Amino acid sequence: MKFTRGLKDGLPIALGYLSVSFAYAIAAVNNGAPVWFPILISFTNFTGTGQFVGTNLIAAGASLIELTVTMLIINMRYALMSVSLSQKMGDGFPLWQRALLSFGVTDENYAVAIRQPNKLTFSYLTGLMSCSFCGWVGGTALGAALGDVFPDMLMSALGIALFAMFVAIIIPPARERSSVLLLVLISTAASCLFYFTPVLNKLSDGWVIIICSIVCTTIVALLFPKDRENDDKPENGRTSEAGGNDGGPAPDSAEDSSSDDAAGTEGGAK
Amino acid sequence: MTLSDMLIGCLIMALVTYVTKAVGLLLVRKQITNRFVQSFLYYIPYSVLAVMVFPGILFSTATIWSGIAGTAVALILSYFKRGLLVVSLASIAAVFVVEQLIVLLA
Repeated sequence: MKFTRGLKDGLPIALGYLSVSFAYAIAAVNNGAPVWFPILISFTNFTGTGQFVGTNLIAAGASLIELTVTMLIINMRYALMSVSLSQKMGDGFPLWQRALLSFGVTDENYAVAIRQPNKLTFSYLTGLMSCSFCGWVGGTALGAALGDVFPDMLMSALGIALFAMFVAIIIPPARERSSVLLLVLISTAASCLFYFTPVLNKLSDGWVIIICSIVCTTIVALLFPKDRENDDKPENGRTSEAGGNDGGPAPDSAEDSSSDDAAGTEGGAK
Repeated sequence: MTLSDMLIGCLIMALVTYVTKAVGLLLVRKQITNRFVQSFLYYIPYSVLAVMVFPGILFSTATIWSGIAGTAVALILSYFKRGLLVVSLASIAAVFVVEQLIVLLA
């Protein structure tokens, strides 16, 4: 598990990140941010969805509480991945290494790292994470610097890029699991309710995300608690599916992590 | 957006993001056993993304028609499990083509 092996595994992630962070930077600059701002955000945050929403909130003049709570809600999934990754790492990671690697926990890095057959090493993880980080910051810089060069029509077309990527993240698992499908449907309905209803649409995006996602997720989590028995079975099928999915970020990683947790829990309980 | 708005906003974003990423690696040594918390954490990304995407995706481009075209392409391709990059690029292409057509026909 060498540094170069990590770099190699990080390359496809970096390529995928280029286009996404490119679109992010363009969106940020279109929102009125100076060129350096999205680059600074990418350099200090290294997260997709959170940056997209957070930058919009800052541009919209949202309160700091709103910004904090929204970022917390969106990034909550990292806590679970981080726990799961911790179990996958070998012994002998000093605190400073753990602190450094924490910064590189993203959906995609997590998804690739957790699929490795062996215990993870510090050199492998730094290779993986630094490679994808370069793609992320590089794409942001290109987008921020070149954004204005492109004609309006191309800019308009790129505006849909991140949305389309999120669609690609939520639809395949919604097709596989009826509970996820239900969650996506009621979340969409709730979001539309806030978007189109006269009084409710005064509420800012951040609070809409928080309210809708907490209410909808609580309902689905209560109706369909994760079934520990079934978690181990579809794992193989899902791993192969994730392979054909560009390293499949949120859904695959979320499933992988929870499967791991469920398995670990059972083992621990006995 | 003033300079201090941006810097303070960036600081908060970076801090919150780092804390969520580091909490497991630095602090949690045991597995989460609470079934509701597990389920909640498992489901929440899908809900957040769905709320973010819909209906915003329809209005993310210059006209609603190109937005609908891009959304349809993204939905169809991801239903057939195409990768993120493919879905994203195809959706961009659909928006671009529809907007060109609108210009030509107008």
